Amino acid sequence: MLRIVFHRLLQTIVVVFVLVSFTFVAVRLVPGNPFVSDKALPEHLQESVYKSFGLNGTWGEQYVIWWRNVLTKGDFGPSTSLFGRSVNEIITQSFPTSLLLGLVAMTIALLIGIPSGVLAALRKNSMIDYGSMIFAMAGICIPGFVLGPLLQLWVARHSNFFNVAGWESPADILLPAITLGVGVAAYVARLTRGGMLDILSQDFIRTARAKGVPTFTILRRHALRPALLPTVTFLGPAFAAIITGSFVVETIFMVPGMGQHFVTAVTSQDYFLLQAIVLFYGLLIGGANFLVDVAQAAMNPRLRDAN
Amino acid sequence: MRIAKALPTLLFALLIGSCDNRSSVEQANEEGIFVVGNSNEPKGLDPHLVSGVLESNIIGALFEGLAVQDPIKDGDALPGAATSWSANEDFTVWTFKLQPEGKWSDGVPVTAHDFVFSYQRLLHPELPAKYSEMLYFIKGAEDYNKGKNPDPNSIGARAIDDHTLEITLRGPIPFLPEITKHYTWYPVPRHKVLEFGEIATPFTDWTDPGNMVSNGPFQLKSWRLTHHIEVERNPYYWDAKTVSLNGIRFLPIGNPYTESRMFLDGQLHMTYTLPPEMIPYAQEHIPNMLRQEAYVGVRFIRCNTLRKPLDSPLVRRALAIAIDQASLIDNVLQGGQLPATGITPPFGDYKPPAVVTYNPEEARQLLAKAGFPDGKGFPELKLLTNDKDSARRNAEAFQAMWKDNLNINVRIEQREWTTYLELQYTSDYDLADNGWIGDYLDPTTFLEMWSEGNGNNNTNWSSKEYEAKLHLAENTADPAERLRILAEGESILLKDIPVIPIFWYTTNYLLRPEVKGWSPLLLNNHPLKFVRLEATAEQP
Amino acid sequence: MSAPLPTNLEKGTSLWKDAWHRLFQNKLAVLGLFTVLFIFAACFIGGPIMHWMDIDPNKQSLADKFAGPSGDHLLGTDQLGRDFLVRILDGGQISLLIALLATLATVTIGIIYGGIAGYVGGRLGNTMMRIVDGLLAMPFLIVVILFREITKPRIELIGQFLIDEWEWNRDLVLRFSNILPLLVAIAAFGWLTMARIVRTQTASLAQQEFVEAARSLGISHTRILFRHIVPNMLGPIIIYATLTIPSFILYEATLSFLGLGIEPPNSSWGTLIKEGANYLETKTAMILFPSILFSLTLFAFNFLGDGLRDALDPKAAKD
Repeated sequence: MLRIVFHRLLQTIVVVFVLVSFTFVAVRLVPGNPFVSDKALPEHLQESVYKSFGLNGTWGEQYVIWWRNVLTKGDFGPSTSLFGRSVNEIITQSFPTSLLLGLVAMTIALLIGIPSGVLAALRKNSMIDYGSMIFAMAGICIPGFVLGPLLQLWVARHSNFFNVAGWESPADILLPAITLGVGVAAYVARLTRGGMLDILSQDFIRTARAKGVPTFTILRRHALRPALLPTVTFLGPAFAAIITGSFVVETIFMVPGMGQHFVTAVTSQDYFLLQAIVLFYGLLIGGANFLVDVAQAAMNPRLRDAN
Repeated sequence: MRIAKALPTLLFALLIGSCDNRSSVEQANEEGIFVVGNSNEPKGLDPHLVSGVLESNIIGALFEGLAVQDPIKDGDALPGAATSWSANEDFTVWTFKLQPEGKWSDGVPVTAHDFVFSYQRLLHPELPAKYSEMLYFIKGAEDYNKGKNPDPNSIGARAIDDHTLEITLRGPIPFLPEITKHYTWYPVPRHKVLEFGEIATPFTDWTDPGNMVSNGPFQLKSWRLTHHIEVERNPYYWDAKTVSLNGIRFLPIGNPYTESRMFLDGQLHMTYTLPPEMIPYAQEHIPNMLRQEAYVGVRFIRCNTLRKPLDSPLVRRALAIAIDQASLIDNVLQGGQLPATGITPPFGDYKPPAVVTYNPEEARQLLAKAGFPDGKGFPELKLLTNDKDSARRNAEAFQAMWKDNLNINVRIEQREWTTYLELQYTSDYDLADNGWIGDYLDPTTFLEMWSEGNGNNNTNWSSKEYEAKLHLAENTADPAERLRILAEGESILLKDIPVIPIFWYTTNYLLRPEVKGWSPLLLNNHPLKFVRLEATAEQP
Repeated sequence: MSAPLPTNLEKGTSLWKDAWHRLFQNKLAVLGLFTVLFIFAACFIGGPIMHWMDIDPNKQSLADKFAGPSGDHLLGTDQLGRDFLVRILDGGQISLLIALLATLATVTIGIIYGGIAGYVGGRLGNTMMRIVDGLLAMPFLIVVILFREITKPRIELIGQFLIDEWEWNRDLVLRFSNILPLLVAIAAFGWLTMARIVRTQTASLAQQEFVEAARSLGISHTRILFRHIVPNMLGPIIIYATLTIPSFILYEATLSFLGLGIEPPNSSWGTLIKEGANYLETKTAMILFPSILFSLTLFAFNFLGDGLRDALDPKAAKD
């Protein structure tokens, strides 16, 4: 078990490292420079601005300097798109928001997805089954950037409780989280249903039923845990999906999270901000995958041997 | 685990919150907070390092210049940081008497030394300021800023005593108080700026919440990135008793459609702008909240006069008069804009030449005369514009008009904002759609930029005749005579027409009825100290 | 005497006939299939027909904007008075084209890579899959976005060269140089899962006797791999390919919505929905029509894919 933990940890670190390096190179391969604005900057000042941002060495030098700053001082550098702001500030302000949004979205996804899947499996081929599977399909096929505006129009505009956009009252979390969570809920429902059907068709369940054990007890004691295995496997990618989905949702609902900054950092070539955000996302997704792998290995002893 | 514990609290808060059925603005009304949409996240709040309108909105709440814009009358100036001012006979030396009770928001008195320091800072050759040329009116300013004279004291600004500021100008300027309303002329707190760096150290922490002090009606309370900037009453402001608002919240809402949606949902008191499609909607549903006001600015298309065939004034004029300005305004913009017959929009006593009017027949003749009858042989040009939807619509309209009227092909190049600007600065474009908002109510704010070497020219056009006119006007004291000379200069500019005027701006926005003390102003520089929120019984 | 032969022998069927039969019994899948075909026909045939009929997606008529459905404009006009239906169909062309070409590319690369890894096996095979696993751990959308940023300026340069020096058709080149970066970016990282699937299948098939037999006959490795092994795993490949298409359509739309995908003047469903969202209050049809067609396409492909999976491999667990 420990071997697996160590192995996956190493893998995560390597992947994150490669990802950030890729970003470093990618963003410098794009023509243009990150320092332009409304009024022309006099030539003689451009040099000094570049220097003050540490962007006047070779790529190799910049690379080493950046990693050194990050690992020793936790300093991710200055932002070039938001003058005078350090990347640390931007991330410390936006990351908790994105995290909160993501967690609420994931919670909603699981709260909707798992019960639907279980119910659909129990009542296979009934209206409930078809109904929830159609809903699940809708969740997959109606993307966030369609659902979001529609929720704004049909729900938020007709209620004082739900705001159209912004992040001022606690209620503002709900619409974006629902938009974000619905897609994941759909997959969770399908996976849970599938896993449940698999388990329910097994002999030992039929035996239990024949013995007259009530359904709920069957679920609780025998079926639920193994049935949820596919869902647990999916949690890693689900987390990644929520993170990448947040780009869209944050834009639509004006949520001041990291997703918005990622998109801006790409379009305005904010080197330091982009590298830092990618590092964060890499750690988040890698971390999530790592935890899921470990949880899986813990839940299913057979996976421990496989490498 | 903490998150799990937080969840019930969250649910509880939601439950409680759901009982409060007021909209956001209603809550804000009670708190006396003015909630406004402010386009994008500001690039900074240091008056010397920014150059955009949205930043100036916030800076205008925090700081105060020598003179303050009258809330109703465009050209009038009220006492601001200065209680009174006077000039010598030929308007070359001005003396400003500062408020004796003027204080920074930390209680430190505002003195003339702050102003001198501020001018020296903005003009410092090493400060990456984008707008130093706004101070070139001051004698010696340009030479110091361009490094020709290393002595900061050569700038014609002097503190005669703590509360008397004397400014010597490079030429007669009867309208100097008007110019001091602009944020480049605001004072910055010398004691605070120097606490965090030297005079020319850019991007220090002095503008951070907690550090920043300002001399205006409000002070900085919080700055949450891409979320909101909040300012609160400045207790040390000399005229605090006039200020009615308790605070202002600026929301950086980039998408104007989202902004109007939020307004309609009762989340904002005022929007930054209004997209054209929403104008008929507003006219139909909320006409009392729609504001359409003249705004002193011009939309134009720059021509890169070094690129054939744009080096021919005939071609440029042909392009200009082949554009059906009225159709663009009525069908695309729908904001009540005015067709621009010249560069400078009309205001005050200035009478500019009106020479650009839609005339497709004449356009075709000019094009033929230039050697491209019926567009034959005319190369495909690229029209550079920014990546906003509105820019695309306008560009497509121009493209269609040139095709229909002149039979030439133009390709649209939309670029992200910073790239779009950079390409113009480096003259890497054929045609570029852009605009200019006036900084003060005088034609020079629209005419200076076309002189040779000006960072905002970028057309590679220059004319000795033109510069001569501008220079002559600089040294003319008589206001009427001066305006006449400037009009002659503009004639020269329009004859060569390196830049194609399209329309003069209006500003369209939404404003809730409970906002009082807000009148149309050409420069859109509303003094926030006079704004009040008065909710009445029949609020929607 | 031996018993007489039964006269009503069951007709022999093959794997494919069986699968086909099962598929056709699945009503949803059939519906999906016909919907897919219909949408393809609309976008790739109907669109060009409308062009031929002179209904120009780029012709503005500012005075006519936001018109409702009429004889001239079956779905009305958009914010610049352009015919909305033809714009949606053209947009569909681009969205579908990207998804199809990307799927084709990823399937091809995946088969080759995974096939080699599975066939060769051993350390090389393991290393190859390690690389795949590593790349799979990277967040797909993020690397696609970054990769596209790199390839875009270079593709545009090439396109410019083709227009200037070799004088290719301007419109065509521009259209493609707009689509290509996104296509390349998606294809560059989209082949990974297919490679895994193919590798697993290849590895197990490669152990079987017919391979040994073929080797002893002197047939080359390549022939064995691509002529004998791969055809045996067509089932999972087809299923996966069918399910990949909608996910690529979704990726393209998401990126275009963020402004990081297809850019104006080209329109895909993603950009149409993005623009349509602006007119939510004033003209909801602007977002509804493209969204409905978009979702319908995704539904159809998903139902079809599910149906294929049920038909070709009824025992496979869903997802």
